[in-house]
Amino acid sequence: MTDAHAWHVLFGNIDAHSWAFVRAWDNPTVSEVIAAVAAAIVVIAAAALGALTTALGKWRYLWMEWFTSLDPKKIAIMYVLIAFVMLFRAVIEGVLMRAQQAVAVNSPGFVSPEHFAQLFSTHGTIMVFFMAMPFIAGLFNYIVPLQIGARDVAFPLLNSISLWLTAGAAALLMASLVVGKFSTGGWTGYPPYTELGFSPGVGPDYWIWAVTLGSIGSNLTGLNVFVTIYKMRAPGMHLMRMPLFCWTALCTAILMIFAMPPLTVATALLALDRYLGYHFFTNDLGGNMMNYANLFWLFGHPEVYILILPAFGVYSEVVSTFSSKALYGYTSLAVATGAIAVLSFTVWVHHFFTMGQSADINGAFGIATMAIAVPTGVKIYDWIWTMFCGEVRFSVPMLYSLAFMVTFVLGGFSGIILAMPPLDFQVHNTVFIVAHFHNMLIPGVLYGLLAGYHFWFPKAFGFRLNERWGRIAWACWVAGFFLTFMPLYVLGLSGMVRRAQEVFEPAFRPWLFVSFGGASLLLCALVALLVQLWVSIRERADNQVFVGDPWDGRGLEWSLSAPPPEYAYAVVPVVHGRDTFFEAKRNLNARPPPERYADIALPRNSAAGVLIGISAAAAAFGLVWHIWWLAILGFTAIWAAVIGRSFARAVYRIVPAAAVERTEARWRHAIGDALPVSRACETTSANRGLARAPS
Amino acid sequence: MSADELGHVGSTLGERAVFGFWVFLMSDAVIFALLFATYGSLLDATAGGPTPAALFRIGDSLIETWLLLSSSFTFGMASIAMKYGNARENVGPLLAWSAVTVVLGLSFTGMELHDALTLFQQGAYPSRSGYLSVLFALVPFHGLHVVGGSIWLIVVMVQLLTFGRDVRVNMNMLRLGLFWHFLGIVWVAIFSVVYLQGLIR
Amino acid sequence: MNPGRASELRRYLAGYGLSHVLTGAAFGAVYWQKLGARDTLGIVFALGFIQVLVHFRCFLYIGLRRSARDALQLLLLSTLIIGLMVSGTLVILVNLHRRMM
Repeated sequence: MTDAHAWHVLFGNIDAHSWAFVRAWDNPTVSEVIAAVAAAIVVIAAAALGALTTALGKWRYLWMEWFTSLDPKKIAIMYVLIAFVMLFRAVIEGVLMRAQQAVAVNSPGFVSPEHFAQLFSTHGTIMVFFMAMPFIAGLFNYIVPLQIGARDVAFPLLNSISLWLTAGAAALLMASLVVGKFSTGGWTGYPPYTELGFSPGVGPDYWIWAVTLGSIGSNLTGLNVFVTIYKMRAPGMHLMRMPLFCWTALCTAILMIFAMPPLTVATALLALDRYLGYHFFTNDLGGNMMNYANLFWLFGHPEVYILILPAFGVYSEVVSTFSSKALYGYTSLAVATGAIAVLSFTVWVHHFFTMGQSADINGAFGIATMAIAVPTGVKIYDWIWTMFCGEVRFSVPMLYSLAFMVTFVLGGFSGIILAMPPLDFQVHNTVFIVAHFHNMLIPGVLYGLLAGYHFWFPKAFGFRLNERWGRIAWACWVAGFFLTFMPLYVLGLSGMVRRAQEVFEPAFRPWLFVSFGGASLLLCALVALLVQLWVSIRERADNQVFVGDPWDGRGLEWSLSAPPPEYAYAVVPVVHGRDTFFEAKRNLNARPPPERYADIALPRNSAAGVLIGISAAAAAFGLVWHIWWLAILGFTAIWAAVIGRSFARAVYRIVPAAAVERTEARWRHAIGDALPVSRACETTSANRGLARAPS
Repeated sequence: MSADELGHVGSTLGERAVFGFWVFLMSDAVIFALLFATYGSLLDATAGGPTPAALFRIGDSLIETWLLLSSSFTFGMASIAMKYGNARENVGPLLAWSAVTVVLGLSFTGMELHDALTLFQQGAYPSRSGYLSVLFALVPFHGLHVVGGSIWLIVVMVQLLTFGRDVRVNMNMLRLGLFWHFLGIVWVAIFSVVYLQGLIR
Repeated sequence: MNPGRASELRRYLAGYGLSHVLTGAAFGAVYWQKLGARDTLGIVFALGFIQVLVHFRCFLYIGLRRSARDALQLLLLSTLIIGLMVSGTLVILVNLHRRMM
């Protein structure tokens, strides 16, 4: 065996030029240097984190308290952390793209076409799969069990596996910055461009495996949330008594269960084409590339509802809490959520109206697309009527909700335009589409996630976030969004093509400048959030809300301490109606002490999730680079972990009744010491988490 | 652990495990369904290469069907032995029926593998055409599931010998049963849509 | 023998037996093809559909009783969604094929 052959067996297709640093050294253009800097940040950050953890001696703590924990509250926090890190990367990529387009009017700009294509591919892939989906999984994991009166999700180990598959996939994406290049085929990866003939490098393979791992994780999360809500609600918590957030979680879970498999099929078939020379989507020998678009959007359309429904759930919770009023039209909201979920499987063709099918088919799907706007409209009216005659407080979550209502509806109008095939044909492949979906995703999904973050952060960490920096961030997000994306509507109608690294129409330049200004504001918004977190942690002693109900909340999650004990509920609550905790507070029976405490069984920690995630990421890396021994080893390790774990017997540990009683006593003592505050004082340090009922 | 101790009123651990597995099977069913749809769309995509009628032998399909169907029956016998036996006693019949199931399942996949190799020799390999690509995706995907199920059943048999009929082994067997019968159902669709359709003149 | 056990045994035997009949009929319809291609295919699919129902009932215990209710609801929802996906796919791809070939 020659040296070169031995190298190839060990390291697959990795060679010197796979490394971003080597490419920048050989060809130091601005574009390559940017890539090398990004790679350097990944390497340095990873090394620094490792070194810091070692220096502080925290590996054991991290392993025992976090990585192997099956506590959904901890898993949730890790999910949200992943989401924020990936949000940071993806926003920077967005700013780079806006900057390039602002500068590259009849000039090459500073980012090469290939680099630009990688940017829009990673930006989309990260935002959908590694920012929004993990954030949503995090919110579900923390809040759904608490809101239905359960201690955990149905399958705690599966939960951990989902988390670590997502983390492994995110790591794969970060690795693609350092070694190799990412796909240039967009977040949708359409063949035949992504077939070997046109994309012979590792890019599409990185995309395929990262998306596959992430989507399996999401599918399993959907399964977990669905069974949790279906089978683990507290006694008396009928489906029509659940908080709206749980209704949206239930419907989102159904979408995850049914909509992720089409993506798995699309990417798997593409992988078969690339790895084994199959002809599913090739130009020749019977391939049908149009089926890819069909399969991808069978996933892709429900996916956008997977993203928006949880945000709708957050808005329901936030609007009713900060209007001090029960949700208007609970039944219509629940029915609308279910309708959106089912209808989301009937509209997917609107993503490829121009692909060539008949006008009749386009028309049918166009009508369905317009129909699906109706339940969303119902929800908007319900939220408005909730606020009407309520005592509205303009808290940060409420500000996000209000900005959502105005801005999302505007974006919805652009959606109605696009629902008409003849109009869609006119703006197909222009930045009008880019404006439309960002108009849905930013005010719709992102504001919802941030509202949820602000709303439930005190519950998870025991102290409120800094108000001033929250408002600064909000203002930057809202202003930034308008400035970045409204010009794109104009440009799209003027004919500017999307995904363009260079622009050839000087009239576009002023709009592109404004858009870049907006993008800079969005980056400021992100920084403001980081500053807010920093300041909040520094001031946490002043803003402790240990009693657990800083906003005079309505759902069961507010009836626990902040943060809740690891077992959440000392005694499983019995529910008598909607907003059961709120009603109990008004009846002066908010936190009735239980008659007796019992031992509580909690899942023991397990390394299986971590092992599976790491093995899957390793196998994926091996597949990307054709390091076959690594791929086989990783795959085997996954199943060895699964089988090994199935031999475990003592998978629960007991929290003794005495310990539960002690924890509860400490909390009840704090309740006794705390002064109840009115809503006027809820953002002051007087708020210890005990709400005063209005007289 | 009783349901109360686990603090989840309204469903037992076993009920949740079985229901959760049903949900997983539905996701799997969507994957199979879309492979079938893709099969339908690529029936004509033979690109001048081998067509279904040239490839399939009805006798082989019938034997494979009988093997898998019988394995569903023998698994059913194993399930009955699991349900109506007590603790450590009488794992004998349970192990025997399980072993027969494994043998039938692996014979099924063995035959499929043999068929595939024969097809390759005839010049019918997946990179020849779109039709052959989907044929060699749909059928092997099912076959891999059968192999996976057989390995799973072997693991359960080892667990039976190690732990006897305890709660976790029981739950494992229940879920495997769902999986096994699900694969039988998918096979009915495969022999109908792929083999019989291909052999109709 | 325990009566529960006996009834389950009968159930599996019935399923096994019925499956033999349905499978044999389908294979026979193709082997001794007496009807046109389209009709034969229809019979094969119909027999297959019935056999799938037999498997669900006899091997998987799906029925209307309470303990099977959740699984049945899930199956019906899945059938709806899969039906939409598969029929939509076929309609679209057949239409594209007709317009482009």
